[in-house]
Amino acid sequence: MTMDRPDLKQALGRLLGPADPEVDCDSCFDHLDRYVELEVAGEDADAAVPGLRAHLDGCPACREEHESLRALVGGEQAL
Amino acid sequence: MRVAYAATVEDVEPATRLASPSPVLDAESREWLRSLRAEDDSRDEAVARLHALLLRAARFEVARRRPTLPHLRGDDLEDIATQAADDALVNVLRRLDDFRGASRFTTWVYKFALLEAAVKLRKRAWQGREVPLEAEGWGLFSSADLEPDAEVEQNELLAAVQRAIAEILTPHQRRVLVALAVNGVPIDVLAERLNTNRGALYKTLHDARRKLRRHLQELGLALDDWLEER
Repeated sequence: MTMDRPDLKQALGRLLGPADPEVDCDSCFDHLDRYVELEVAGEDADAAVPGLRAHLDGCPACREEHESLRALVGGEQAL
Repeated sequence: MRVAYAATVEDVEPATRLASPSPVLDAESREWLRSLRAEDDSRDEAVARLHALLLRAARFEVARRRPTLPHLRGDDLEDIATQAADDALVNVLRRLDDFRGASRFTTWVYKFALLEAAVKLRKRAWQGREVPLEAEGWGLFSSADLEPDAEVEQNELLAAVQRAIAEILTPHQRRVLVALAVNGVPIDVLAERLNTNRGALYKTLHDARRKLRRHLQELGLALDDWLEER
């Protein structure tokens, strides 16, 4: 029954953050360009930069910047 | 071979840490670095090209966020994009030696412009607004249409969470956690109001989350049942 509560799950997720080890915001920024290029190339970005995905799950600002960089680089590659 | 590890908020298992690749610059990236380090007029031309690239990325970010900023006019948005490109240019030139070829040079510089634009837009969206530091959003944690058993279970969980936030966190941890994770204040906006920076605030948020999670698990609450499956 509790699995049918997406709003509560999301709210608790924001409150408690990722369970896995994560990099900090500075490290996320430092590695973001490589991570995005690996993603766009279809390679295993999470294996290459451990802890970055968990940070994106926990930090909305870094997540937004990741989405933008991925959209920008992915859009260029698609041209 | 140059080895670089990601700095972590907490320890990542050493076996899972990987080094950045040995840098082998592609021809275009090499040319960017050469021209930006030149000591003749060609540097000015390269800086102008770099600024154009940064402005393109900043405008891309502004365009993505435009629907969330209906009160801003086109001139305001173009000013923000230009300021973001200007600030990103300064940061890129200052950190040129940090570029090690882990990506293409253009991808590396884009992230500076996207960051500057995103931060400026978040701050502009909250300009003049009060930043709520006390819990305003507990309503998010409740919902109608629950079966009686689930409602009891949810109420117990929510009471435990609210009690833990009130009792086990420091006042600063509580303020940061509530503002960021309950009230949805952007981290850059809160950093500006509290006269600190994103990294320091996220460390506080991370420590608060860990303390809270550990405490709730010690109480025997089945958090995994409630959290989003990843």
